[in-house]
Amino acid sequence: MTDEFAVEMQDVVKRFTTPEGGILAAVNHVTMQIRDGEFFSLLGPSGCGKTTSLRMIAGFELPTEGKILIHGKDVSQIAPFQRPVNTVFQQYALFPHMTVEQNIGFGLEMKGVSKVERSARVSEALEMVRLPGMEMRKPKQLSGGQQQRIALARALVNKPEVLLLDEPLGALDLKLRKEMQLELKSLQREVGITFIYVTHDQEEALTMSDRIAVMSKGVALQVDKPEAIYERPATKFVADFIGETNFLDGVVRGQTGSTVEVDLPGTGTVYIESSRTFANGQQATVAVRPEKMTLNREISGGNNLTGRVEEVIYIGTDTHYGVRFAGSHKARVREQNVTQGQKALASIGDEAVVSFTRTSPRLLTE
Amino acid sequence: MINWLRRNKSAQGTLLISPTLVFMIGLLIIPLILTLIISFGKRSADGNVIYSFGLHNYIRLLGVSYNCSAGQTVCYDPIYTQILWRSLTLAFNSTVVVILLAYPLAYFIARSHPSRRNTYLFLVLVPLWTNFVIRVYAWMMLLRTQGLINSALAWVADLFGRPFTPLEMLYTPGAVLIGMVYEFLPFMILPIYTSLEKIDGSLYEAAADLGANAVRTFLRVTLPLSAPGMVAGTVLVFIPVMGAFVVSDLLGGKQVILVGNLIQRQFLDARDPTFGSAASLILMALTLVVMFFYTRKFGFGEEIAIT
Repeated sequence: MTDEFAVEMQDVVKRFTTPEGGILAAVNHVTMQIRDGEFFSLLGPSGCGKTTSLRMIAGFELPTEGKILIHGKDVSQIAPFQRPVNTVFQQYALFPHMTVEQNIGFGLEMKGVSKVERSARVSEALEMVRLPGMEMRKPKQLSGGQQQRIALARALVNKPEVLLLDEPLGALDLKLRKEMQLELKSLQREVGITFIYVTHDQEEALTMSDRIAVMSKGVALQVDKPEAIYERPATKFVADFIGETNFLDGVVRGQTGSTVEVDLPGTGTVYIESSRTFANGQQATVAVRPEKMTLNREISGGNNLTGRVEEVIYIGTDTHYGVRFAGSHKARVREQNVTQGQKALASIGDEAVVSFTRTSPRLLTE
Repeated sequence: MINWLRRNKSAQGTLLISPTLVFMIGLLIIPLILTLIISFGKRSADGNVIYSFGLHNYIRLLGVSYNCSAGQTVCYDPIYTQILWRSLTLAFNSTVVVILLAYPLAYFIARSHPSRRNTYLFLVLVPLWTNFVIRVYAWMMLLRTQGLINSALAWVADLFGRPFTPLEMLYTPGAVLIGMVYEFLPFMILPIYTSLEKIDGSLYEAAADLGANAVRTFLRVTLPLSAPGMVAGTVLVFIPVMGAFVVSDLLGGKQVILVGNLIQRQFLDARDPTFGSAASLILMALTLVVMFFYTRKFGFGEEIAIT
């Protein structure tokens, strides 16, 4: 058993019986390794199985199949109160009848830590979340952001091997959420505890994580660093869920070394660099980020497609151009407004050339 | 008129409370004042009230007696203080037993599947559909010397060839306690259920997550958060038991006389409304004092904690 991994999920399946009597696999054969000390995010839309995965690591749900290891120890069938993990709940789940001090000290009290040491560690934890002197308050007397920090302190004060966070910032307003994202990240670096963070917010995941697992329909589609997830999405779902992507559907016509020739019916032929091997006649989708496309600035040796501008949207930092090609393809091009008083590169109804290099797209088959 | 009412908030309020207000003044406040006045009066030879002012009824209730054995003019007669004390302890014991029975049931209902909860609550309330006196008669049938329980026990004893003397259950303090518990159980189940049902399920998970096993989760989270339900239920059980007289009359007979029975007898049998009024007011005062200290310690049960 290696224990460089904080948490390992080995072929984990969780099936639920639905109220209609059907069986639903909320988590379907998920295998992943979460390294010690990393900030790991489970990202996906609601119902993708991210929260169920987290709850299985916490012990609130038991896996139907497969194993969950924490630092090499099989905890699959162990009760939550015997696991070396702590959770920050979505709605904080602070005990309303206890003071802040009693809330934070609860875990230590259960472990039998003496009252004196407890109160010292509680005030230490309160300083860590920058709410010193709040010991005697009741949760009701605190704002949402403060409750969130207390929930964090209540979990961290136990020095868990792994901290589980279930959309902890979901209930906060946007500005506070951004602040807390950075704070959580620096806190994680400071304490060095492995964080497993569940979120449906891709920006949040990209901002905070060392690695991200993108989940959909109970399956982990891709587990990688934020840059890799964004730059090299493995599937159309990942490309679409993380950021904005143009999908141009086509057919592979040939491959010379790493260069793949793709016919976009009616629109033209493009050449894409890919490390994968494609068969002739295979359906494939060219996925290009809007910021990796240019308008009316042809790239020699790149792909240049002519279309008609349908939409021009000025959003301050950028201008977005919606372009429709002769086939059924559409693309959105993002051009940065670099110079003062920059004129639009094209107007609605103009013919325009959309260009991108051979290396910037991803050629996806699923 | 309508427009004036629409604009005038305080007139709206007065209009809304006035039916109840008239009712309460006519049927609670005025009778109470009359009771107070009568309690200071004297009983005439034919059982009418002679209005006067004296504390003799209260003095008598506290145990000062003038019907003494030879040689004494004033002596202590404990009969009424005993009745008061009996009522108080019975109310206390009934409340405790009711809590012990109601809590597990309320807990079971609150933790059961939401689709089944209404059925269970319905079953809790079904007994209230039948007249209470009829249900107490049913208890008499069960507890009598030749009742169902004794017959069953006799049959079992016979089966093993043992001699059997019927148990004396009816007309005992135990029978009265059973009757009280039976009558007021639903009034404890419902508020406890309500406060248990309100507890956010993630609090149980949080407790488990922080290392508390089932017992400690119950003691540190479930119990304190359901305390408001127990407090509200206690108010609903303790006060009526203090004044109850039907159960003690039917199941206690002459053996278990409570304040309620004392008052009833003063008005109907002894025809001394002045002493009955004084006893009523003492009962009220006693209940208020107990409830005052109780609610000062635990609140009224309305502070059901919310996250």
